[in-house]
Amino acid sequence: MTVEVRLNGELVRDDVEPQHLLLDYLREDRGLTGAKRSCDTQVCGTCTVLVDGAPVSACCTLVADVDGREVLTIEGFAELPEFERFEQAFVDHAALQCGFCTAGMLLTTKSLLDERRLSSAEEIRQGLAGNLCRCTGYHAIVEAVAELAGVEA
Amino acid sequence: MTVVERRPLTQVGHSAPRKDAKEKLRGEAEFVGDVVVPRMLHGKVLRSPLAHARVVSVDAREAEAMAGVVCVLTASDLVDLDGYWGHAIKDRPIVARDRVRFAGEPVAAVAAENEAAAEAAADVIRVEYEELPLAATLDEALTAGAPLLHEGPVRPGLFHGLGTLPPRDGNVCYRYRIDRGEPESVFSRADLVVEGEYTFPAVYQYAMETHTVVADYDGDRITVWSTCQHPFLVRAELADLYGVPLSNVRIIVPYLGGGFGSKSYTKMEPLTVALARKARRPVRIQNRVDESMVTTRRHGMRCRMRTAMTSEGNLIAREVDCWFDTGAYADNGPRVTATGGDAAPGPYRWHAYRVDARCVYTNTAPAGSYRAFGAAHLQWIGESQIDELARRAGLDPLAVRRDNLCRPGEEVRGGGKPLDADLVGDVEKVAAAVGWNEPKPPNVGRGVSVGLLAAGAHPVSTAVVRMEADGRVAVLVGTTEVGQGPRTAFAQIAAEELGVPLDQVTVHGADTRFTPYDRSTGASRSTTIAGLAVQRAAKEVREQLERIAGGDALEVATYPDLFRKHFGLAGGELIGRGEVAPFGSGSYAEGPVFWEVCVGAAEVEVEPETGVVRVRKTATAADVGRAINPQLVRRQDEGATMQGLGNALFEEMIFEDGQLLNDTLLEYRVPSFEDLPDQMSCVIVENEDGPGPFGAKGCGEGALAAVPAAVVNALADAGIPMYELPLTPERVWRRIQTLEEEGKWPR
Ligand code: FES
Ligand code: FES
Repeated sequence: MTVEVRLNGELVRDDVEPQHLLLDYLREDRGLTGAKRSCDTQVCGTCTVLVDGAPVSACCTLVADVDGREVLTIEGFAELPEFERFEQAFVDHAALQCGFCTAGMLLTTKSLLDERRLSSAEEIRQGLAGNLCRCTGYHAIVEAVAELAGVEA
Repeated sequence: MTVVERRPLTQVGHSAPRKDAKEKLRGEAEFVGDVVVPRMLHGKVLRSPLAHARVVSVDAREAEAMAGVVCVLTASDLVDLDGYWGHAIKDRPIVARDRVRFAGEPVAAVAAENEAAAEAAADVIRVEYEELPLAATLDEALTAGAPLLHEGPVRPGLFHGLGTLPPRDGNVCYRYRIDRGEPESVFSRADLVVEGEYTFPAVYQYAMETHTVVADYDGDRITVWSTCQHPFLVRAELADLYGVPLSNVRIIVPYLGGGFGSKSYTKMEPLTVALARKARRPVRIQNRVDESMVTTRRHGMRCRMRTAMTSEGNLIAREVDCWFDTGAYADNGPRVTATGGDAAPGPYRWHAYRVDARCVYTNTAPAGSYRAFGAAHLQWIGESQIDELARRAGLDPLAVRRDNLCRPGEEVRGGGKPLDADLVGDVEKVAAAVGWNEPKPPNVGRGVSVGLLAAGAHPVSTAVVRMEADGRVAVLVGTTEVGQGPRTAFAQIAAEELGVPLDQVTVHGADTRFTPYDRSTGASRSTTIAGLAVQRAAKEVREQLERIAGGDALEVATYPDLFRKHFGLAGGELIGRGEVAPFGSGSYAEGPVFWEVCVGAAEVEVEPETGVVRVRKTATAADVGRAINPQLVRRQDEGATMQGLGNALFEEMIFEDGQLLNDTLLEYRVPSFEDLPDQMSCVIVENEDGPGPFGAKGCGEGALAAVPAAVVNALADAGIPMYELPLTPERVWRRIQTLEEEGKWPR
């Protein structure tokens, strides 16, 4: 089947198998390897991308389901002017270690901030609970996101 | 800026931003799963569904005929090789030969043009099994007449590092014993003795990136991109397995998506290389989470311990028997067992102790390294007994530690390195951080814990520092970037020695063809040992600059002039070499390189109606000698703290008849944002007492041993002593019911 996606701001058309996963499409067909595979069960969030601005687990989403929609991956986010602010906060707080979860963390944070859903440390913890990180112990990420959201960590 | 003036430090001791941050934040950092090699195939492993069985036959004809399939590897393809590997004990076939010993053991592997074709083909490989009796638990494996997992003589691996390996005894593949004095007689005159039986669960490291390998076998050259922490040891094992010279094996390690020990030593590399050898094309094998869970895990353990104290509060004797469940193959079990044995007494001034630790084969997935192994297993047990003794004697647990802990320079283990840390100072700091003396609300308890972890592994590292004619510096070192930050810390060390700004220094990733030998990335050794090699290499470059300058003060701005002066052109290169080698043989018996401090404190709150334990506060001591990068040190402790909370509160691999029941992240829960304690502090202690550069010593593991122990002690302080981890609500609730029946609850 043919899908048409606005991928990182650019309209692309591709022939794909109906059961093709968005994660495989991005990583293998499009060479966008910033989204990572880990749990395959919608638990860890390393494969997170934004579809029409909302975080989605690409490991459990079909390309067919994003036909006609907007998909933003970390590669696209990194091109946006607002990214610098995110980058600086994560650098300042050393809110990453191995970096495997990082793209998902940033994209989920962006979506929550866009929707103004981060008005307390409590909301940060709840909002990001669908993104696992095994390295940092979360503390640094909460600090970085709190700074971005302008709330107390 | 001059480099002749040695103080104050301008790079070391500062929280420089991570060198790899931008690449990682922008999704540009390359991991093995992102590597694409021309003509690369995709591999899928067929794993045994049975925990113990004879393999009667493997029929892959139908699979091989399927579209997109290039080949299927079975044991019959490997008859020209000895085919057994294992860095400690060579007990492990590349794929199962006549027998499978755990559910999940590779039996065959398919190489195909894409993953879907490989998976479909793996599904139609027909394997006939004949079930064998199981020894799936420690009990089953240790009973008289238990089915034996391995027969024939023990074949030592290349890197067991444990002196002479004793012969196997039934299913016990290794045994480690230490003692001091005469425990029996000391116990007989003790005023207070506590004893108990304890259980520690098997847990999964869960590095978010699963084990992934790309291998190419071209003639007699092997090239491997691998998610491995120890590329040089993998190289040696592959060279040995495939009978090629070391230099014909090249291991490239890009960024690693976490490791925590799960990627230490050799894992999926022998199988991937075998598949590439048969396919005559590069092949990638990428584990799914359920496959990584049966590739390696932390040892479950059972322990019997007793500890004696005088009524004045002097700790005098301890006896420990423990059994580590290493699964079907030894992996790093022997070292885990020895390190556990060393951690068992705890750093106290005992008159006598006896420790007997065994490493036991069972029909379950193999167990290996996981952050703070050995210490994580034993510290919570030993420390909970000390608290129990303190309670019985009516003494403050903190005071008992103050009175009994070893002091710097005192012997910790016979023949080993004396204590190189101020443990009393450390434990007082963490106790203060959780408000030790403040009043406690109901159902709230506080605990501290102290321990040591034999760290550093075998102290062999080399490094090369190259300075180009423009003053830029490249550091070549075989340490792998698992997330812990060596590329940043090493750059700081080199920049400090050479007086150059940090952005002029690049630390490259491990590639055994170009980076010099580093024994391994683990055991908290990198900053201390590889960092020392980097420092020595950088010093050598500085000495060359000084010689060229001929007595003039060194100025970074004039480095290019020095190159012109020396080489006669705007080129050339200065190369410095650094080496760390052991003073003696470097063996475990003489070690460790340093004692990693495992000191922590916790405050918990229990909800008696449900058994839910909530951790309110944690504190850990990062006793690092010198923090090369304080922010990275703190981040290490925070990560280890959180893993410690998972290990203490809910993580547990559940095996039934050798089958892993919870093999997804849905059923195997790891800590999330919502498990963060209200307060998580890390106290950095810098006494410049480490053997590494600028007095540094390693960190990053200790918290994972200290935190579970502190949590257990805090819960006991709230009235609920526990003998089994994890502290699930059900277990805690049941314990409360028992205490109630015994009239001990509510207190
Ligand atoms: S890989 Fe998609 S949520 Fe874990
Ligand atoms: S930084 Fe490694 S998983 Fe988050």
